[in-house]
Amino acid sequence: MKLSRLRRYPLLPIAVLLAILFIPALFAEWLAPHDPYQSHLRNRLQPPVFWGGTWDFVLGTDRLGRCVLSRIMHGAQYALAISAVGIFVGAAIGTLLGLVAGYARGWTDIVVMRLVDISLALPSILLALAFAAAWGPSFEAVIIVVAFVLWAYFARQIRAEVLSIRERDFVARARVAGGSHARIVLLHILPNVVNTVVVMATLQVGVVILLEAALSFLGIGVPRPTPAWGLLVADGRWLVVSAWWISFFPGVAILLAVLSVNLLGDWLRDRLDPELIEV
Amino acid sequence: MTRPSRSTPLEETRGASASGELLLEVRDLRTHLDTKNGLVRAVDGVSFRLHSGETLGIIGESGSGKSMTVLSMLQVVPKPAARIVGGEVLYRGQNLLEKNEREMRRIRGREIAMILQDPQTSLNPVFTIGNQIVEALRLHRRDGGGKALVHRAVEALRQVRIAAPEERIRSYPHEMSGGMKQRAVGALAISCGPRIIVADEPTTSLDVTIQAQYLRLLRDLQRETGLAILFITHDFGIVAKLCRHLLVMYAGRVVEAGPVRAVFNNPAHPYTRALLGSVVRADTKAERLEAIAGQPPALWGLPSGCRFAPRCPHADDRCRKEYPPQLRVRDEASDHVASCWRLEESHGNR
Repeated sequence: MKLSRLRRYPLLPIAVLLAILFIPALFAEWLAPHDPYQSHLRNRLQPPVFWGGTWDFVLGTDRLGRCVLSRIMHGAQYALAISAVGIFVGAAIGTLLGLVAGYARGWTDIVVMRLVDISLALPSILLALAFAAAWGPSFEAVIIVVAFVLWAYFARQIRAEVLSIRERDFVARARVAGGSHARIVLLHILPNVVNTVVVMATLQVGVVILLEAALSFLGIGVPRPTPAWGLLVADGRWLVVSAWWISFFPGVAILLAVLSVNLLGDWLRDRLDPELIEV
Repeated sequence: MTRPSRSTPLEETRGASASGELLLEVRDLRTHLDTKNGLVRAVDGVSFRLHSGETLGIIGESGSGKSMTVLSMLQVVPKPAARIVGGEVLYRGQNLLEKNEREMRRIRGREIAMILQDPQTSLNPVFTIGNQIVEALRLHRRDGGGKALVHRAVEALRQVRIAAPEERIRSYPHEMSGGMKQRAVGALAISCGPRIIVADEPTTSLDVTIQAQYLRLLRDLQRETGLAILFITHDFGIVAKLCRHLLVMYAGRVVEAGPVRAVFNNPAHPYTRALLGSVVRADTKAERLEAIAGQPPALWGLPSGCRFAPRCPHADDRCRKEYPPQLRVRDEASDHVASCWRLEESHGNR
């Protein structure tokens, strides 16, 4: 019985994976064995401990002698911060526009949905290139790009749900009970789409981590020497054959992070469905 | 509230109108709908009166304009397709059609509440029933804080005979049965103390025993509070059980109106007669139910004459050209009227 519960809601494995991601991120200052920016020039390109290295640098060092493990741990902070802020901004804008478009319909709907189409047609990398060219690569620019890429997905999904919700009798009832349009949208419809927003936001974390890594890898994301995961992978790319650990471990971190938040998203989706809660 | 004694038929009908204050008078209400097939006169000159403590039934086929009539009264017609183009809706002497949106919001729910057809979707699935009643109360009653409002919500649930209301206010809609949900919707409707409840086919989705219970509940509530009920249905049985007066609508117009008993005993309009003929009755042996020939009319490009003419077995050339005026039916009830040319003949014959 316990096993079947575990299979239905595999919270434990998700929790373990998330712990691997979150604890180093939140406590990197204390947990990281070295300063992520400090070079140990005498210990350049040290292999990880099981590949003939020392316990001093568990996952080895890069070509400037910086501790790979420490850099990955600090990099998690950037991944999470960018995901959290970028998704929050994108979800807020997208949800609001989706609500308005789905409820008002008519011209408002047409305008919002065409903007969504345009936004979805723009390649995010190109967009980031434009931002980087205009203002130079920065933490803020990455967040703006993330929000800009994500809002359309939220708007489209929320609008579709609102279109069906607004036809239900409780919306009509709220109207004949004297509710204003703003009240109906915020008090009656919004609570019905919050689940979707939360689940979508969670599932987007993986997308954003990958996007951020891609931008950093290309040098249009967070600027050096910040230990963003994409930059770490990029740093090791010329040494992949001789010092594979420089790129490999940040890659594993990206993989685990995306996997765990996606599992969490799936779990949340099952959990938050109001009709499934009782089952 | 005094109940009129039932002596003579004439007194009975007068008694019905005298049973309370005149709450609502709808005069010549007209609502047009723009559809891709052209202009539809969904409500075309509907008039009626509603007194406190009275139940008025509106009966008609789907698309006859019953719901559009009450939505027009409250000005919640689907915009921009629908336009209220004329008439008056006098609620206690004030014309609601002259009120703006802000003023109407104070009428809706507080003065005139509505119960919708489908209890399954009339409640917001993500809130407890208690929260929903409190929300409705908060909208209209600024007095009293959280505790008082919760108390009012419990009272409203008790009024609709929901058992253990203190516990039920914490239930979500999906934890309740269909009948209980519709009661909860009723509690929502009466919670703000309206004078009129508009019930738009509230029992259609309930099974028959629950239906009977619900109708009894409505009648009890009416006795307790002196509510006026406007009951929209296509079920003659319900009208017979619940209503004193009746409007029969066809294609946006009232074709016959009067006291329920008079209309049942002596249906004057061929459409009413046909509708009654298509009802299963327990007291007469019917081998085969009569169906009304033809389809309900497409509401665009209606005939200029009587709208029922194409399906009417008695229609003649005049019926097809001119719409008949509303004429009094010569029977026991003084306020039994119908729109049919054949009545004129019977008037002439007498």
